[in-house]
Amino acid sequence: MRGPAFLEKLEAAFPGAIVATHLEAIDPSVEVAPERLIDVCRWLKESSDSRFDSLESVTAVDWFEPDAKKAAKVTWSPHTELIYHLWSTVSRVSLVLKVKLPRWKADVAGQLPEVASVAGVWRTADWHEREAYDLSGVHFTGHPDLRRILCPEDWEGHPLRKDYEMPLEYHGIRAK
Amino acid sequence: MAQLVDDDPRIIEFDVRTDEMLINMGPQHPSTHGVLRLVLRTDGEIVSQVEPHIGYLHRCAEKIGENLSARQWIPYTDRMDYLAAMNMNLGWSLAVEKLMRHEVSERARHLRVLIVELGRISSHLVGMGAYGLDLGTFSPFLYAFREREKILDLFEEACGARLTYSYITVGGATADLPPGWLAKCEAFLDQFEPVIQEYHALLTTNAIFIKRTAGVGVLSREMAIDYGCSGPVLRGSGVDQDLRRDGESIYTAMYDGYAFEVAVQKNGHYPRDHSYPAVPPDAVLGDCWHRFFVRMVEVVQSMDLVRQAIDRYSACKEPLGEPLKLMEKLPVGDVYLETECPKGQMGFYLVGDGSPIPWRVRARSSSFSNLSVLHELCRGCLIADVPAIVGSLDVVMGEIDR
Repeated sequence: MRGPAFLEKLEAAFPGAIVATHLEAIDPSVEVAPERLIDVCRWLKESSDSRFDSLESVTAVDWFEPDAKKAAKVTWSPHTELIYHLWSTVSRVSLVLKVKLPRWKADVAGQLPEVASVAGVWRTADWHEREAYDLSGVHFTGHPDLRRILCPEDWEGHPLRKDYEMPLEYHGIRAK
Repeated sequence: MAQLVDDDPRIIEFDVRTDEMLINMGPQHPSTHGVLRLVLRTDGEIVSQVEPHIGYLHRCAEKIGENLSARQWIPYTDRMDYLAAMNMNLGWSLAVEKLMRHEVSERARHLRVLIVELGRISSHLVGMGAYGLDLGTFSPFLYAFREREKILDLFEEACGARLTYSYITVGGATADLPPGWLAKCEAFLDQFEPVIQEYHALLTTNAIFIKRTAGVGVLSREMAIDYGCSGPVLRGSGVDQDLRRDGESIYTAMYDGYAFEVAVQKNGHYPRDHSYPAVPPDAVLGDCWHRFFVRMVEVVQSMDLVRQAIDRYSACKEPLGEPLKLMEKLPVGDVYLETECPKGQMGFYLVGDGSPIPWRVRARSSSFSNLSVLHELCRGCLIADVPAIVGSLDVVMGEIDR
């Protein structure tokens, strides 16, 4: 993480693309507007001084509390968060990008939230986005081959969503 | 899907467009290292496309992690890379310690170096032995397992388990080493050191082995980085990166004061390469032979680190310290930490919400990214080279599928 000078450059290159910064956190992170993600990523990889040439992981976190009692106490509103951990093999620094998405597209339950795929920027994203789609239910637009990767192809639902319900049976195998 | 084009010389020569064949390899195939299934599209003997199918060993580790406390999840990390469970324990423990801003005692630090470097040797021994099996030679496997047994005996004496240890834990380790253990460990190292020459005679310098690996499956430096490869796969392509030196301070602090050189070929030389066999003339940087050789160099490097750790550990008189409570509350926040495991960079991401149970855990597995490059390496190779390439990546399905 380069600190304020780096942020200024990023802000200058993409005015309005940075939604928030969390510099006081243990792993400082930058929150990017979802529609600008792909441009920011391309710039980070190709043009920034640090050259973040390696994407380490893509993680989706579901922020949703199914228990109504507990949900009344939480400080955040329900959303899906994507975290991109970048690394530069040239300057050996890391960067954390975050993107906030609605839990469902246009708030229609069952419609997966959408964000642009960065598989065209880093090839690592290909499998990592498939995993995020499979387990957390995020639709990556422009992904070359968005299929389930760990669960069987006919699996229903996305297990790492907090409101996921375990199926009672799968092809005659009792699950509960 | 790659289609063979009309002006492909192989098609003109054989006119085999109708002969394109789909071959299913695995998930029970012995040289796919567990339950990996590969679908090969072949044109005669030449592979035009490989599609890996994974997930046969998926055990929902991340979902389980959302229902257990951080320390309770340690046994699940054992079962990711089950050939280097100590290193997995360490990766997760350090990630949790990073979130809790907890520092372990000096004694625990040296104990950890000692244990994980032994773990690295045992993992590389399996990688090496199994690679011999993939290429059709059985003996190296027996030689490798003979020595690995001795490391497992040491581990068993330290923690009671031989495969899934749960030994290194959040806040240190579950127990200190038993009396007399260090002497046994030193005896093992003294006995093991000359054995490495046997491995070089059996594999590294073996003419058949060189024919099967040198120049096969060449992974360029750019492609390795682009696909997020790490560990020996990345270093085998000439990228000078080892998280023990380049990683985050909480991890590199563990190796403070330890002397080691990153196992990578620089200016045509591996570190201290006068003690190793020469690189065969057919080998190209980034091929199967180099990936294999980086592991062999790392075995010696780890032995050296174990020796240094024994000295430092025995000089340390302070107590080991108690590990954190089983249901210790996690602070609010998220951390990500990568450590250099034998197979590559293993990352753990963790979100704490103030309760002992993490809100989200994520394991970024090194084998997962290393395997994703397979289709690039296999394009245009012979069917017989596919096991050679898969074996050189040294993947563990437990870690890929989690």
